[in-house]
Amino acid sequence: MLWNWDYALSILPSLLEALQVTIYATIMGFAFALIFGLLLAFGRRSKIRVLSLISGAFVEFIRSTPLLAQLFFIFYALPQLPYVGISLSPLTAGILGLGIHYSTYLSEVYRAGIDAVPRGQWEAAIALNFSKGRTWLNIILPQAIPPIVPVLGNYLIGMFKDTPMLSAVTVVELLLTARIIGTHSFRFIEPFTMVGILFLVLSYISSLGVQWLEYRLNSRT
Amino acid sequence: MIAIPPPFDLLPTLWRGVGVTVQLTLFGSALAFGVALIIGFGRLSRFRLIRLLATVYMELFRGTTLLVQLFWAYFVLPHFGVEFTEMQIGVLVLGLNYGAYGSEIVRGSILAVPNTQIEAGIALNMSPWQIMRRIILPQALLMMLPPFGNLLIELLKGTALVSMITLADLTFQGTLMRVSTLRSLEIFSLVLIIYFLLAYPLTLALRLFERKMAEGRS
Repeated sequence: MLWNWDYALSILPSLLEALQVTIYATIMGFAFALIFGLLLAFGRRSKIRVLSLISGAFVEFIRSTPLLAQLFFIFYALPQLPYVGISLSPLTAGILGLGIHYSTYLSEVYRAGIDAVPRGQWEAAIALNFSKGRTWLNIILPQAIPPIVPVLGNYLIGMFKDTPMLSAVTVVELLLTARIIGTHSFRFIEPFTMVGILFLVLSYISSLGVQWLEYRLNSRT
Repeated sequence: MIAIPPPFDLLPTLWRGVGVTVQLTLFGSALAFGVALIIGFGRLSRFRLIRLLATVYMELFRGTTLLVQLFWAYFVLPHFGVEFTEMQIGVLVLGLNYGAYGSEIVRGSILAVPNTQIEAGIALNMSPWQIMRRIILPQALLMMLPPFGNLLIELLKGTALVSMITLADLTFQGTLMRVSTLRSLEIFSLVLIIYFLLAYPLTLALRLFERKMAEGRS
């Protein structure tokens, strides 16, 4: 028999422990992407031309290159930058890579959400003599964010499914743990299959959650 | 031999990887398109069993993630006596994985053809096959093109993952040279720029096409 249940059960605790690293990286990376993505969206809307050009070019470049190559760049090339070069731990580099990559996608999502707020809302804010900050915080963002929450949720799931790439910069997450276990025991079937099942189950449950969010949002309006 | 000034002396080695990356993109996307059509139509089948199988396929390949699938094919399949070359595994896994994503595009586009079009076909006494071939597909295929273009760009970026199963693509050449020369900054800057030069023309072509499609529509 190819599949060994005793062996599978014996490696489950280590895999679940590694899953925590995976989930931690996802949450931190996504938090970074949420904030940086919003900044990029603001940057692209900026009246200062240089700022909007740089933000636009940054988004286009990051979106057109593979996350894996970006991770290698952050982990191996960044320390060699003259003057500003810094060495990052594998996990920090991984979180930064995930965060930067996804922030470019999220900036587009934010942009769509902001563009969908009716012009009248801006005009009303001007008529009420609201400051710029108050207009954004009290009028625009509260209307722009809720409709895009399901889309953000889908990107969160996408990021979760991209975390195995962190193993390339030696983050001992789920996939690398499975590989180490497999190399030690010369049995790859159980660890890799179980990693696949873990990703499948978790992302499937999360996508049901997103669908539920979408349904709630649609029934509210 | 003429000495090429740095960092461009790295280009000839990286160039060898570009060929593999382009090959993977071409073959992988061809397979993905085929899989997308089969699974997309399967999800719309009249038969419950076919719908179920197509849905299971889609969820399975979308949910287990590309890199895990590559590792599975690379490390586990040989245990079952199935031996593929790295290139075959790369094309196969990329095609099967992105095909699962593409099946949603196929399904969505076919469903997006208005019902009245089908009714018109019935009114003209066309057979179901004729309706599919002459009414639904011409409209649906046009709608599929922009999202398939996006998927092609995603697939091109996804090819970088094959470097993890030691297939000598662009990223792999970069990691090899990093070990031998330690010039990481130059190497990975060039690698990123080359990927950008491969992917960005696709993005621009896609935008041009979408603009052309939108002309005279509103």
